[in-house]
Amino acid sequence: MNPSLNRAGLILAPWALIAAILIVWQAACRALHTPVFLLPAPSDIGAALAEGWPALLRAASNTLLVSLQAWAVALLIATALAMLTALSPMVERALAPIAATLQVTPVVAIAPLFVVWAGLEHPERAIVVLAAIVAFFPIFSGAVTGLQSADKDLERLFDLYGATRAQRLLRLRVPSAIPFWLEGAKVAVGLAIVGAVVAEFVAGSGGSQGLAWRILESSHQLRTADMFAALLVLAILGVGLNTAVRLVEGRLLQAWRGR
Amino acid sequence: MIAALDEVEVDYGGRRALGPFSLALQPGEITALVGPSGCGKSTALRLLAGLEQPTRGAVTRTPGRGETAVVFQAPTLMPWSSAAANVALPLELSGVAKAEARRRAKGALERVGLAEAAKLKPAQLSGGMAMRVSLARALVTEPKLLLLDEPFAALDEITRRRLADDVLTLWSETRPAVVFVTHSVEEAVYMAARVVVMSPSPGRIAADQPIPGPLPRPEGFRTTEPFRAAAEAVSRALDHAMAGAAA
Repeated sequence: MNPSLNRAGLILAPWALIAAILIVWQAACRALHTPVFLLPAPSDIGAALAEGWPALLRAASNTLLVSLQAWAVALLIATALAMLTALSPMVERALAPIAATLQVTPVVAIAPLFVVWAGLEHPERAIVVLAAIVAFFPIFSGAVTGLQSADKDLERLFDLYGATRAQRLLRLRVPSAIPFWLEGAKVAVGLAIVGAVVAEFVAGSGGSQGLAWRILESSHQLRTADMFAALLVLAILGVGLNTAVRLVEGRLLQAWRGR
Repeated sequence: MIAALDEVEVDYGGRRALGPFSLALQPGEITALVGPSGCGKSTALRLLAGLEQPTRGAVTRTPGRGETAVVFQAPTLMPWSSAAANVALPLELSGVAKAEARRRAKGALERVGLAEAAKLKPAQLSGGMAMRVSLARALVTEPKLLLLDEPFAALDEITRRRLADDVLTLWSETRPAVVFVTHSVEEAVYMAARVVVMSPSPGRIAADQPIPGPLPRPEGFRTTEPFRAAAEAVSRALDHAMAGAAA
């Protein structure tokens, strides 16, 4: 096939699939007369989106803000702890089981605890902490792996010239870790959103008005089209944030290796 | 004497990898170590560099900190740093001020013919250029002992020959003691005044062959009778060592 045609095909393929699904979905809903509360047609969802747009946007920006805060907290703490493990293998041994425990603990299981601790009037604090816990692990494990990934011969070179521990950490291990750390940070941003939404579900309707709250509220009132509209906004938020971080990661990696 | 291994043995996980092995290096002498893969050539090199300790036997080294340089099989450059920053690294690690280190790094890059590439990162260099940067990094401290661990193994024949001549020219400027590890008999004979042939694992000395002729090599040295005679002698010694191991 013509290469430029092939390229266009690659870009269009996902959109074509989405369009096809929407058309079949719309036609099936029309033909089968499915009740709107069971499965709304794409046109119903579009109408719900158009109508509820301002409220959805507010909810989405709340969720986005909380996710970014959680991501920032996770980046800070995970990076600092990973640096500590590089200074002493003892620290790594000490931290490993706790980090692993955090990773396998479902966020819904500990969410009620954090909601109580944060105080019922500050559910957003609990949500930030919970989302940060979810986002913590990929950054931490990426950074720890990266800090140990330095080329063995480069390590020997640092031995040969009598490098100090600080020189070895700052001039060899930290730069070697950058690609791994960036990968972890990229995975973490998606997890921060998931963590924030799950935590919002558990924290309930109180003072937190994120997308989860819109979904819950619509579900209680059987306004299924509104639920889908909120889900759609959530998906756009996730994909958008992921794409943004991937672009930044690509740029930074390019600067790192100069190509 | 610059460095010496005295009846050293190295065990990895209870298995003998090298020795007993003895080798003394004289100042300004180029010694090549030839042997089959896994005979402990690189281990011997790391012992001479002081990067590893022998299980038994003694290692004597006279060069001080920063006076030993190693060039590895791969260029082993920091991918995030420019060529000049890579070359300046040994100086900066031993406390030379950054501006002075960069100035001397530029000088070293000039000596290997890469003055233009100072700002490029390793990913932007060809294999031969990256090896030259690695060589410049080794030379920037003006070492007394230069250890080369199959430095040209990943390069094509033409680049390899040109670099061989360049290494000899660079050697003639400061005359450090050089150990050159290779699995190519031809390369060993061309590069060194003395070729040490090692037996298969665990490596021992199978032959210690002096190579006649001036260093750096004059043009067309590969086609001369003394070169061919020496290469044949080393080849025979290597065959003999392999056969002895197989028996």
